[in-house]
Amino acid sequence: MAALAELADAVVRGDPAQVAALTRDVIREGVPPKEILDHGLIAGMTVVGDRFRVHEIFLPDVLLAAKAMYAGMDELKPLLVRDGIPSIGKVVIGTVQGDLHDIGKNLVGIMLKGAGFEVIDLGHDVPPERMVETAAEQGASVIGMSALLTTTMPVMGEVVALLKARRLEGVIHTIVGGAPVTEAFAREIGADAYGYDAGNAVDVVKELLGRR
Amino acid sequence: MRPLLARLAAGDLLVGDGALGTMLLERGLRPGQPPESLTLTRPEVLEEVARLYLDAGADLLETNTFGGSPLKLALHGLEAETERFNREAVRAVRRVAEGRAYVAASVGPSGRLAEPYGDTSATALSESFRRQVAALVAAGADCICVETMTDLVEATLAVRAAKDIAPTIPVLATMTFDPTPRGYFTIMGVTVPAAAAGLEQAGADAVGSNCGNGVEHMVAIAREFRAASRLPVVIQPNAGLPRTVGGRTVYDETPEFLADKAKELVALGVSIIGGCCGTTPDHIRALRAVVDAARG
Repeated sequence: MAALAELADAVVRGDPAQVAALTRDVIREGVPPKEILDHGLIAGMTVVGDRFRVHEIFLPDVLLAAKAMYAGMDELKPLLVRDGIPSIGKVVIGTVQGDLHDIGKNLVGIMLKGAGFEVIDLGHDVPPERMVETAAEQGASVIGMSALLTTTMPVMGEVVALLKARRLEGVIHTIVGGAPVTEAFAREIGADAYGYDAGNAVDVVKELLGRR
Repeated sequence: MRPLLARLAAGDLLVGDGALGTMLLERGLRPGQPPESLTLTRPEVLEEVARLYLDAGADLLETNTFGGSPLKLALHGLEAETERFNREAVRAVRRVAEGRAYVAASVGPSGRLAEPYGDTSATALSESFRRQVAALVAAGADCICVETMTDLVEATLAVRAAKDIAPTIPVLATMTFDPTPRGYFTIMGVTVPAAAAGLEQAGADAVGSNCGNGVEHMVAIAREFRAASRLPVVIQPNAGLPRTVGGRTVYDETPEFLADKAKELVALGVSIIGGCCGTTPDHIRALRAVVDAARG
């Protein structure tokens, strides 16, 4: 549908006003909300994610596209709720306790939202208990953790241990990432998965939830 | 000591210092604690590290003020201490340098993203840098090192703030680039030619790169800077990328490896060669030997 392609384009260009207006247009035309989401907003963010991965565009472009996507989501959200259309999964994300770096974590949040996930972002300097409690209370199936400091990486292991202690392992999955974090480290602490960048994190979360 | 800019203009080759953060972690800085907080509680540690680098042969000694802008300090609720942190950090290095090395005042990123992609206005960024630089200059810094920048908007605001506050103070401006299959870019998408042009236009006296992915990439980045700019070039690489081994952070590039590659930097006409994360006084000693050999 041409109108949805135009909407996706406006997301890629990072034009929030245009995205909001086009979303209102297609809603008025009676296009089903789920279709607007999948073939408009998510389609746009998929292009953004693909271009970002091959270094054709960079962080500022992604952040602008995300703002545009959110402008469309603000219009669409009430209809998705009204129609009882669930997100493809709920993920709690945060930068671990003692660590104030959140650009990478924010990027993961953007990419997850852009792929259709519901994201609960706890920000930075998040204590392990808060990650686990929020995920349990909100019924999230994944906790995504970020650390940019080698000194704060061990906190990720505490979250994994806490899930185990509360018998939530296997119910709430864990994925870790951040500049100093490696696949080997993820295995060492018993995390379920490792994402090497924001785009990869989305693929890995989908795999964890059996969505692909 | 001859003025720094006169030496650079004359084509002299200078040695920077090495890592500070990793040295402070080895000396009691707690993980997650802002390094700046040590300035008031344990200034003797700052003096010790500065002395190690001075003895290793560094011509420039950096201050413990990388995160000393009020916007960055606000993350820890410490912005009210901006003046004290910056002043005391400069004083600590000055006590050691005593005219034998330049006191190079570090100014790192604010940790905020500029509008329109972020939520921080250019005015707020500019005000933050001006406040930090004013304190650094008042305390007697010999030059300002705007460093580890990835956003050209923020980097140029920092350079301009420094030049507004102190028009005659030398400003060295360096950014951090990553290798991609399409060439070198900062995470914000800035190329080396764009950085060189933007920083020069903002008033930087020397341009270049610090931190990053090790000295081999720095040789390629230095080549691009030399092709893009007539300003003196500053190169301060990490000792490679950090790895964790059994909970400890290690950097793989040895002083010998750095020194060997530094010969290529010298051949390219780089003006200041130093180190960033993971480099030690031994790395600087090795650089000193290379630079002394090149100066004849």
